[in-house]
Amino acid sequence: MTRDMSAPILELDRLGKTFSADGHSVAALSDVSIAFERGECHAIVGESGSGKTTLANLVLGLLGATSGEIRFNGKPLGRSRTRDQKRAIQLVQQNPLSALNPRRSVGASIRLPLDVHNLGKKSERNASVAALLEEVGLEAAHARRSPRGLSGGQRQRIAIARALACEPELLVLDEPTSALDVLVQARVLQLLQRLRQERGLTYLFITHDLAVVRAIADRVSVFQKGRLVETGPVEAIFSDPKSAYTRELIGAIPVVTEAEAALRAEIRAGTNVPAGAE
Amino acid sequence: MSEPDSPVMAARTRGRSRAWTAFSADPLSLLGLVIVVAIVGLAIFAPFVTPYPDHVGPTGDFTAMTAAPSGAFWFGTDMIGRDLFTRILFGYRLSLIMAIVVLAIAVPIGVIVGLVAGYKGGWTDYILMRITDVFLAVPPLVLAMAIMGFLEPTLLNGMLAITAMWWPWYARLIYNVTRAEAQEGYVLAAETVGASTAHILFREILPNCWPSILTKMTLDVGFVILMASSLSFLGLGVQPPTPDLGSMVADGAKYMPDAWWLTVFPAIAILLVVLGFNLVGDGLREAFEAEG
Amino acid sequence: MMEINPQKPVLTVRDLRLAFGDRHHATEVLHGISMHIRAGEKVALVGESGSGKSVTARLAMGLLQDQKRTHVSGSIWFDGIDAAKGGKEIARRRGNRVAMIFQDPTSALNPTFKIRGQFRDVLRSGDRSIAKAEADRRAEAALAEVSIPDPKRALDSYAFQLSGGMNQRVMIAMALANRPQLLIADEPGTALDVTVQAQTLKLMHEMTERTGTSVLLISHNLGVVREFADRVYVIYRGRIVEHGTTAQLFNDPRHPYTRALLAAIPKISGGGLPDLPERSPDFENPLITHEGCGEPTEAFA
Repeated sequence: MTRDMSAPILELDRLGKTFSADGHSVAALSDVSIAFERGECHAIVGESGSGKTTLANLVLGLLGATSGEIRFNGKPLGRSRTRDQKRAIQLVQQNPLSALNPRRSVGASIRLPLDVHNLGKKSERNASVAALLEEVGLEAAHARRSPRGLSGGQRQRIAIARALACEPELLVLDEPTSALDVLVQARVLQLLQRLRQERGLTYLFITHDLAVVRAIADRVSVFQKGRLVETGPVEAIFSDPKSAYTRELIGAIPVVTEAEAALRAEIRAGTNVPAGAE
Repeated sequence: MSEPDSPVMAARTRGRSRAWTAFSADPLSLLGLVIVVAIVGLAIFAPFVTPYPDHVGPTGDFTAMTAAPSGAFWFGTDMIGRDLFTRILFGYRLSLIMAIVVLAIAVPIGVIVGLVAGYKGGWTDYILMRITDVFLAVPPLVLAMAIMGFLEPTLLNGMLAITAMWWPWYARLIYNVTRAEAQEGYVLAAETVGASTAHILFREILPNCWPSILTKMTLDVGFVILMASSLSFLGLGVQPPTPDLGSMVADGAKYMPDAWWLTVFPAIAILLVVLGFNLVGDGLREAFEAEG
Repeated sequence: MMEINPQKPVLTVRDLRLAFGDRHHATEVLHGISMHIRAGEKVALVGESGSGKSVTARLAMGLLQDQKRTHVSGSIWFDGIDAAKGGKEIARRRGNRVAMIFQDPTSALNPTFKIRGQFRDVLRSGDRSIAKAEADRRAEAALAEVSIPDPKRALDSYAFQLSGGMNQRVMIAMALANRPQLLIADEPGTALDVTVQAQTLKLMHEMTERTGTSVLLISHNLGVVREFADRVYVIYRGRIVEHGTTAQLFNDPRHPYTRALLAAIPKISGGGLPDLPERSPDFENPLITHEGCGEPTEAFA
């Protein structure tokens, strides 16, 4: 592939989406421009109604934009997409309980993308499924099991394996750990971090949890009511949040250590502290 | 395994046979199963079970016409001396074959209509479901009678008429299940992975419809038999000398109350088969609900 | 810092066990829980999903005992009765002497009735003879107390017409309307946005301070627990593994499980991802009770 590796993988250019019903129209997203660098973990943060889900659906091609443009690897990306364009952008959903078909085996779910996109030789696909399961920290024997008996963390690993089976370039992670227990969340975050490094993936990481953002993301964009209120490197947002809304979000996080409480108090008060002052 | 399954979850979701465990724990479901297995068994092996297998046809035993129930003829005989027990068993045979044929045609049509309408939405949904509604709006027996009015009253046409009024119920049922399933994450996952519509309908959503389909089919065997019997009771179904439970009740009614057995036993036979399949169907529904 | 209240406990749980199943195969999910809550105290029961924290709350409300295939032993002393036995005695106290707040306020309210009617029912469970006008007056005052801008309009609304945050306020007002001795809050506000959740917890804290109501907070979120509770029980696979004041537990966690939980939470102060082993060890050590947090001796007085 001849591709400029320094150019952004995904660009949102004055992107807007308006929903209309019964003569009313609501702007779910307005005038959003962000460039996603290849290999970065870019967090999209916001509360309900912030437009972060609409953004994900536009990137995935589940919705069409009302205005503006999405460019993927420099080429415009609309709703109708080629097989390769579809394959290159994959999704990991929030709820691992519903993301796997309860009446299909784990192996069948992971194998589906291999069959759809004709990846690898047919005879080797079951071996690929086993390799994917091991890559996400499960065992090859899980392929024969039904998702029913598996825990939330195991199911989320399987959903990640299924997305990886497409050999994607960009993963849209929609609150991938918010339905999980803390110990499980920590391990899934570790897994995602490792996979990004090993596979050179780019993450569009949707979350409401700024602590998770601090732990895993390189850059962050904060959304409020369909507008981008702040974007920048994670360190900068935590050391010097520019918008009052970002400050409010950080101020609302329940924390567990004195260091966090101190940082939060400073951010609430609106004073700027240098990164890593604790 | 990255983390152990929690004890509460383990206690609540154990094993694959939860549906069977729930089913077998209910005495009524088991009773239904016994009735169904007994009737199906008797129907299949009818020629070997009855002492008078040739009484199926137009000839009987002229030395024992209209005989009351006795050791030789358990359920008595009819006007031309045919053993009623034999004719009921062969009647079951015909009823079950009719039910299987009707459902084998009606279920796939209804299921496909329901799946497509429920998943596609929009105009496809509107047109398919309005057609379904038209069929559902007409009382079933009236619809079947109307169809039979145009056609010769033969076994085949009888099945055709019942099939025409049966598929919309499956379309409606599967439509609702599909609408709910389409909201599930696994459907979104299949879409984002790039799977075809056919794959999503038949390999992802359909397997999740099976519990509903199976339950309704079991309940319906009894109802199809009842419907076929009603048609033949009205003289619109199977013609003599083929033994049919509905015609037997109708014919026997002329000889009430003297030859009561001519009506009572075929009527009980219909009641029993409908009851059996209903109990099994109810049991299945509860069992699948327990499975979740 | 909090000081030990000399009063006798409002709630005393002793060796509570719960099993699901039939004669042939029962699975125990609570293996002898003991805990207590004193008057005016805010106590948290923190654990992961499946740890048994929610079933403990349900048992305390008497909501699980009458179900099929449930076996309960041990005792839950509350308001002079043993709630572990279930039945009418505890049912009569629900919404009145003991109230509950749930995770998702919008679905906890009945969508087919206006708030007004539901509020009246709550007030009637405390005082059967209360007149309509008096009930409405008290409902309005209660809503005003939780900072609902237009209480009259809120009373004439259905739950789905109000925002999640508003519904949570209504729930808190209803729960505390009869001045209950104990409020059980099961993951309050977890379904809501972080800013709304923070407001909810703050409101719940203020309101229970004002009414002197004891709180049992059920949560998986250690951050929420740290902000809200005076004292904490950590529950792991149906057992309490550590018990201490909030300060003791967060500044000096002793049990390996508590330590693992605290380490696993990403911190806003940085430090990257927590370093955890790929598989969690089984934490089966005996209960660690911090200094000054022993079981009260006057429990059965």
